[in-house]
Amino acid sequence: MVRCFLIHTVSPVGALSAGESRVLYSRLFGPDEAVLSKQPREFTPEERRLLQKEKVSVVARRVQSAVSLSREASGRQPVDAAPGEEALVLQDADSGVVRLRAGDPFSEEMSVLWLGVQSLGFTLVCEPHDNLLLAEGILRNLTRHCLDSLHMLGQGSEVLLKSSRIDILLSRLLPHGQLLFLNHRFTQSLEKEVASSMAK
Amino acid sequence: MKPRVFWLFSREIHETELQKFYSRLVKLLQLKELGHETVDSLHRLHLILSANKYARTLPSDLQQRLLLLLSSPAEQLQVLSSAVLRETPPSSGEELNNIQENVSQLNTHAAALLVSQARSRTDLNNLCAQLVHGLEGRPSDGPTRSLTFTLPVLNSILRLSPESLTEEHVAILSKKFVDWLRYASIVQGGGASAGGFFTGPRSRQPLPTAELDGSVSGDFFTVLCVGQGFTEDQWMNVYSFSMLRQWLLTYHSVSSGNSTMDTANRLQLSLSLSHSFSNDDRSEVDGSVVSMVSATSSTSRLLPPKERLREKAFQYCQRLIEQCDRTCEAERRREFLSFPSEAQKKSDTELQKACMVEAVCVLDCVCVEDPSMVFRTFPSIKALFSRLSSDLSYARILLPIAQFYLNHGEIAAVDCECVWKLVFARFPAELFNDPFLAHELLRFLRQNLDSLRLRAPEFIRFLPNLLKFLAWDSSAVVDDFVDLLPSLVTEGTAVEMLHTLLDLPCLSASLVLQLRSMSLPISESSSRGLLSLDAFRNPAFRGLFLFLLRVETGSGHTIDRLSTLHDLLAEAADWPRVVRCAQVVPVLLHIYFNTVATVAEEKLLAHLILVMLERSGLLLAIPMYSREIHRVFSCHLLRLCKLRPSLVVDQSHELLEFAGTTANVYSKEEVYTHVVWVLGEYLSASSDSRCSVALITSCFETLEAVLFEITSSAPPPGSVCPAPKVITTLMSALAKLASRSHDLIPRVSLFFSKLRTAARNGSVAWCADEDDLVAIVTRGEELWSLLKAPGVAQSVLTPPPHVLTPRWHRDTNLAMPLQLRVLTRLTHSQ
Repeated sequence: MVRCFLIHTVSPVGALSAGESRVLYSRLFGPDEAVLSKQPREFTPEERRLLQKEKVSVVARRVQSAVSLSREASGRQPVDAAPGEEALVLQDADSGVVRLRAGDPFSEEMSVLWLGVQSLGFTLVCEPHDNLLLAEGILRNLTRHCLDSLHMLGQGSEVLLKSSRIDILLSRLLPHGQLLFLNHRFTQSLEKEVASSMAK
Repeated sequence: MKPRVFWLFSREIHETELQKFYSRLVKLLQLKELGHETVDSLHRLHLILSANKYARTLPSDLQQRLLLLLSSPAEQLQVLSSAVLRETPPSSGEELNNIQENVSQLNTHAAALLVSQARSRTDLNNLCAQLVHGLEGRPSDGPTRSLTFTLPVLNSILRLSPESLTEEHVAILSKKFVDWLRYASIVQGGGASAGGFFTGPRSRQPLPTAELDGSVSGDFFTVLCVGQGFTEDQWMNVYSFSMLRQWLLTYHSVSSGNSTMDTANRLQLSLSLSHSFSNDDRSEVDGSVVSMVSATSSTSRLLPPKERLREKAFQYCQRLIEQCDRTCEAERRREFLSFPSEAQKKSDTELQKACMVEAVCVLDCVCVEDPSMVFRTFPSIKALFSRLSSDLSYARILLPIAQFYLNHGEIAAVDCECVWKLVFARFPAELFNDPFLAHELLRFLRQNLDSLRLRAPEFIRFLPNLLKFLAWDSSAVVDDFVDLLPSLVTEGTAVEMLHTLLDLPCLSASLVLQLRSMSLPISESSSRGLLSLDAFRNPAFRGLFLFLLRVETGSGHTIDRLSTLHDLLAEAADWPRVVRCAQVVPVLLHIYFNTVATVAEEKLLAHLILVMLERSGLLLAIPMYSREIHRVFSCHLLRLCKLRPSLVVDQSHELLEFAGTTANVYSKEEVYTHVVWVLGEYLSASSDSRCSVALITSCFETLEAVLFEITSSAPPPGSVCPAPKVITTLMSALAKLASRSHDLIPRVSLFFSKLRTAARNGSVAWCADEDDLVAIVTRGEELWSLLKAPGVAQSVLTPPPHVLTPRWHRDTNLAMPLQLRVLTRLTHSQ
């Protein structure tokens, strides 16, 4: 089961220091680990929320450094792309996987799949038993839909104020973090459903 | 507005403005028609809440309105209210209970809220019970949708809290899984109109579902079957297969209470089944395939739910593998005839690979639970391996197959040699630049280390090969090697491993060259101006590069020509990959030495000291690299000698040779200082009885000559003055040696007096800083005065062991508690 999907920046932005990454969208799946942990002390809801936010930003930072290292190593820097070139950009996206050790920040070990598209990172935090081959395909598909429906290339990005679109997308293509084996027919019918739900 | 501006705005919003915003939103939500403005305001509210680190509590009227929205007919409003409420502190239990009670009206977004706001295990247990109840009580043709999200919600809870289900629930769900997996309808669902896959009236004759290649399905429905639309149970088929492995893993350990069959019976059953299954001839009728998988199904009716599910899972996976085979063959034929492949086809090809991975993993789970299944499963796994092993594009599928061989090869008495060859020899050598394969292969290694050492001990031989992953993408996999390294260091591999780690940046450069030389035609090489690439292709240096790129340990030895190799690769010193790689080497060396100190015998440690001395001058010239490595060497030279002081006497010849070379003072300052220190410290009869006066004298003379040389003239052109630390260490070492052989005291005293005289004149050529000079002279005077009383000098400079490791705290007579007790008694009596 996927624990978390997030969209975040992977290039330096504005007032943030070089190693920081701004999380533009994040969605954690399943119950909060902290509720089930066998800690001697229970966390307050406020603390739990803070913990979760911190977990997400740890992942974003780790991915950001992985993306920049991978770009540095391959010597390829993304070229600016205009809206309309989503398919092309996605084809050229860098991708990779980061291992998170148990306890840092999730209680179990996790595999973080990432796609670096221009200055954006699309990231899935997967559990050890997840089928990474399947997860890669799903991440690519999710990224394509996000780029298309939120016009994420270029200036007028709608990701912050149209987050419900991503929620609807996730509810079909990654329901509650479940990776689904969908052949193209199943995918098509879900995509139609997503489109009609967004249009309403 | 740019996203950044939105962001800052939403973080810095004022409380009064916020209250106004809340009340406006409440008004908007009271309207009958919720329009664009409401949606927009909800989006803004979500942004405000989520951009803040700390949770804000919403006014209760707004929260009530939002809870109502969860069951709104418009999905976007459900989504938004769920998203907003997830960002707020959990609502009171009552409100959540109200949502939960109405499980029939529960939608996926409300369920997500319930899961994320659960405050305890009890909340989750209740939710699970409700959901299972919902699944169970539902008539199969009722209004649908909710069923499909139930499974993922359950799974997301069970992942973290498997005990949320009772044994009874597990049995119910296992039964359901069997139905969905094995008995989903094999006709296509109604028209694929939006919003109602399952409800549309069937106006025409139902068509059978098809395989991916278009032929009619001849057997039960799987995730690789297609149609114009899908029925509900077909959707559930997809969901249940997607969850199957997790389910089997989670409830694998729980024993099935009513299992009546003992293992012998099961074994017999499985043998009879495998017999019927082994004549695996497919009969093709009208292009449809009747597989042999379903032919075996009737025997399993009598099994208890969990075992029955295992049986069905087995059949499902067998059928999936068959399906993949058929389309793979068809694909190959198409490729051969060079038909273009559509995008759709491409995504399905990827799906098939993922399915094969899943199928093999599920089969593995099934066999781990019930070893008697191994005999029925192995034939198809073996066949799959032999089909896929020649094509490296299937590497990711071959890894789970290797896992299967590892787990069950022994029971089935199968020869696994070719599997290990493929995984440990070919994969790293040819796919070192695939980050996903690297991740999975290293995880495979980490998780199976014990098992591998037992069943495939030869994997250690492929160490140089495995290090290619590290050399190529060191930052991504260094974590894995930090974990793996301690288990890979053995007596047999230690020396070669040290060399290999030190040459890791060279390996990194060679891998870059290997890829470039494959991608660039030979004629173009010179135009790129890469001398190293020409060298890589030059037959004269072939052996050197082949040695670096070797697959197994112990093939070839090129230490003599290592400097040639370093010269050839000089230009690689600033390649990003090489630089990154050089940065991780010190980390791994620390781990290496820490491990070696625990596993190696004296002889090996002595050898390693020699390697350190030798290699300290034989490293690829990357800025900072030598210095970092010298630091590691120094640290561990000291530790090894402390651990085994007799090493110093054993290796005194080589250590003295190193310490007697004046050039080392300038080029390997750190290592040099430490070598001198260990000589001074451990060359004494108390460390090793073999230490003779002659040895002490020869060491003294060697060090004296160097100290004399560096303090009598300016440093050689191109180098800076020796560090004061080197000089004081040399002085201390001389004083220590002299204190053990009193004949030497006049010689060292003479040196100290000369030193004082030289310093009185002001500046000297060998020390640029005046303060440093003063410190050196002071140190000299201290040692000098100490040596005037030889008996004292010996006990100060070579203290006996009981002074070095005081154990006073263990002496109860002196222990603090006792003193305290006495004091307490005294004070209390007064």
